[in-house]
Amino acid sequence: MRQDLVPLIVKQIHELNGQHGVKVPADLSSDTPLFGREGILESLGLVSLVVSVEQAIEDEFGVSISLADDRALAQTKSPYRTVASLAEYAGHLIQQVEGQHG
Amino acid sequence: MDRPVTLVTGTRKGIGRFLAEHFVRLGHRVIGCSRSEFDGTLEHYVHYRVDVSDEQGVKQLVADVRKTWGRLDHLINNAGIASMNHSLLTPLSTVRDVLTTNVVGTFLFCREAAKVMKTMRFGRIVNLTTVAVPLKLEGEAAYVASKAAVLSLTQVLAKELADFGITVNALGPVPTETDLIRSVPKDKIDRLLSRQAIPRFGTFEDIANVVDFYFKPESGFITGQCLYLGGV
Ligand SMILES: NC(=O)c1ccc[n+]([C@@H]2O[C@H](COP(=O)([O-])OP(=O)(O)OC[C@H]3O[C@@H](n4cnc5c(N)ncnc54)[C@H](OP(=O)(O)O)[C@@H]3O)[C@@H](O)[C@H]2O)c1
Repeated sequence: MRQDLVPLIVKQIHELNGQHGVKVPADLSSDTPLFGREGILESLGLVSLVVSVEQAIEDEFGVSISLADDRALAQTKSPYRTVASLAEYAGHLIQQVEGQHG
Repeated sequence: MDRPVTLVTGTRKGIGRFLAEHFVRLGHRVIGCSRSEFDGTLEHYVHYRVDVSDEQGVKQLVADVRKTWGRLDHLINNAGIASMNHSLLTPLSTVRDVLTTNVVGTFLFCREAAKVMKTMRFGRIVNLTTVAVPLKLEGEAAYVASKAAVLSLTQVLAKELADFGITVNALGPVPTETDLIRSVPKDKIDRLLSRQAIPRFGTFEDIANVVDFYFKPESGFITGQCLYLGGV
């Protein structure tokens, strides 16, 4: 996994604090559940996070990816489960786009 | 510097071209797109050659708008194609093209534009549909179905995007003299016009007036609606 994606996502989560009822825990780590039963985000918070991560990736790496995914709300397979799984998913998509452009 | 930024799809000609010029006149920064080049120049207007159904192209266009102007206030999903033909004589490729441009294109622009509007907690989206939907016009099955889908998208997105301060509305013009209806026989147009409360062609100004209404600051409580012209 690309290590630079974890801090990028963590930063976006902190910026969401207070919006859409989001309360970011002090001990936020790459394993903190984002969505699902113990998740810290409700659906609007999740939508906001995914969009702001897409935009941050575009701004910082100049790569335009779409983090939209049909498995979004699946408890076990969702790429949005934790910071780590989201980072892994984003990293995979960035690689795909970069691969296409050589 | 603080010109509102208005994105209009399908601006090379017809209604979209008029709307681009109209909003430039009103002092907006206008961004437009179509599959071909834009003839002539228009101050405060930037043209992109993008097919509305090309996901990467649409994403790149909206990303450029965000980076260049830092805002997106209005989106008009105007780009559209029609097929005037009996369903039994309509090739599958035509059905696909009509759905892809009218439905997929509208969806993609709504999705990408809303991401930028969301961060501003303000946005106005207007989608072009047609009176052929409530009139259930025969001879245009694929086109009417595509515009019915645009109407449903409008209504659902109005709910999904309300929390972000974005309104989503639709507008259904009557026949308006552009290339889109050039091939429709005169007697068919006459029959269609006669089904309106006010039986005349629509004008570009009729359409711009409704968009102006949806864009007004006072219209923030109006969403998920469709306004048909001509009393249909
Ligand atoms: N005229 C009418 O009577 C009437 C009535 C009701 C509703 N409407 C609706 O009003 C809208 C505009 O129609 P119009 O009469 O102005 O049509 P038009 O004169 O044929 O213009 C269509 C515009 O859309 C662009 N376009 C078409 N397909 C595109 C694509 N895949 N990607 C990007 N741009 C595309 C075209 O430019 P390129 O060819 O360069 O791509 C052109 O600028 C449509 O949604 C139509 O359904 C029209």
